[in-house]
Amino acid sequence: MWIDPGRCVGCANCVAVCPMGAIAVDARTHRAAVNEDECVECYTCYRGMSREHLPPAAVRALRGVARLFRFRFDPEPDVCPTGALTPRELAWPRSVRRAFSDPLVPHESTGVAGRGTEEVKTNDVTGRVRAGEAGFTVEFGRPGIGVRFRDIDRVTRALGAAGVAFEAMNPVTSLMTDARTGAIRDDILDEKVLSAIVEVKTGLDRVSDVVRVLRSMADQVSTVISLGVSARCDARGATDLDALLHAEGFRFWRGKTNLGLGRPLYREAV
Amino acid sequence: MTNTLHRYGSPEGLRDDFVVFAIPTKANREGSLPKLKAFLEIAAKHGPVNMGGGGKGGFHRPSARLTPLVHWRERAAVTPAEVIEGCESPGTVAAVFDDIEKVKRLLAELRQRDLGMSINVSGLTEDARSAAEAAGLTRHSVEYSLGFPFGETDRMPDRRTLELATMCGHSMVAFGLVQKLCQLVREGRRTPTEAARCLARFCSCGVFNTARAERLLADARDGG
Repeated sequence: MWIDPGRCVGCANCVAVCPMGAIAVDARTHRAAVNEDECVECYTCYRGMSREHLPPAAVRALRGVARLFRFRFDPEPDVCPTGALTPRELAWPRSVRRAFSDPLVPHESTGVAGRGTEEVKTNDVTGRVRAGEAGFTVEFGRPGIGVRFRDIDRVTRALGAAGVAFEAMNPVTSLMTDARTGAIRDDILDEKVLSAIVEVKTGLDRVSDVVRVLRSMADQVSTVISLGVSARCDARGATDLDALLHAEGFRFWRGKTNLGLGRPLYREAV
Repeated sequence: MTNTLHRYGSPEGLRDDFVVFAIPTKANREGSLPKLKAFLEIAAKHGPVNMGGGGKGGFHRPSARLTPLVHWRERAAVTPAEVIEGCESPGTVAAVFDDIEKVKRLLAELRQRDLGMSINVSGLTEDARSAAEAAGLTRHSVEYSLGFPFGETDRMPDRRTLELATMCGHSMVAFGLVQKLCQLVREGRRTPTEAARCLARFCSCGVFNTARAERLLADARDGG
């Protein structure tokens, strides 16, 4: 993202709306500018803010008069008065930032927008997580911190070394040079994204192994890791996963419940 | 497209926050658009506080061409019919509810209509399970949110900022904007309703719960 200095009036509305805190007003020029290294190309500023397209010179003059008389101007906080925010053409590897940060861009690898994953949301049709299995969604960078692929690579290599299987239909897996080791391609390791989800699957008997790996890697990443764990329920709607997670010391009360209304229904081999 | 797994809050603080969504997958994507629109039409009858589909936002959306009058005039909300009309290709569609009783009635109707799309309830899992059972359904699969237990968790902001910001799971609602609007509400320069709608405009999936946000912002104003 780029802020056109010819149109920016330094109102600073875009500073607060940036999820990465990558926009600041230059005290010398009185124009907002984007820190390109921290910007993840999520387009939140461009798409989320409304635009007025007012003449910049007129807005600057009005703001100057208000400042002179120490009037407090109280604009709408989600408006760019002059339409100064300008998207730019992104080349590889920077384009990977937008793919993982702008929820409206479908991932080429899965065809799914957002974070590009279906998890157990379609498990009734796909049978992705079957009886006796646990599906992990390990999300890096969220909420509101962001992550570089170098940090993700450290953890995926540790998970690979533990022998877990990475979900094939997943955007991060598609960027691995070797899905058995969890190694991510070198040319994107310094790229920063808003968040990325790694999906792995194990038997229920290995839930504690995955948790142990994640705990051991926690102090080796410069971001936060969110964790979701899923399971297929039995005919009563119950699952052994609850007891396993409680035994690991987790408290949980929120999640996604798939109601089994999708068709064609996946039939597990007995 | 919805990313609603890790909405932050205590069990008590999440009692008015349920997202019901329909999602196609490779095996049933073809011909799914009318079914997804039918889901939204059914959901609209049960009083959602927000709805989304097609990545165009929910009831409250930004505008690419505002007039300066916006500073003195309330911005119009989008109707459920306009949300439905905006869905032009298969993808996740969602409706947000602030009352589990509405969810129960919706699930009963969805079961009867048998649209063939995967339907999920994102919210308190025991409430979702009992709502499903009340509709004669047994949950097929469950994904638990364990929150954000690992890494640099000391970089997280305060509880209220997290409660508000995580209602857009794609992190389009910035911590900074939440804190700015909480401040404006405390100073009496915006009402909780205005601030909630402002935050909702950044959520392009339409899953931001404006009713819960209003409650949280009113709590912030009242020192709760």
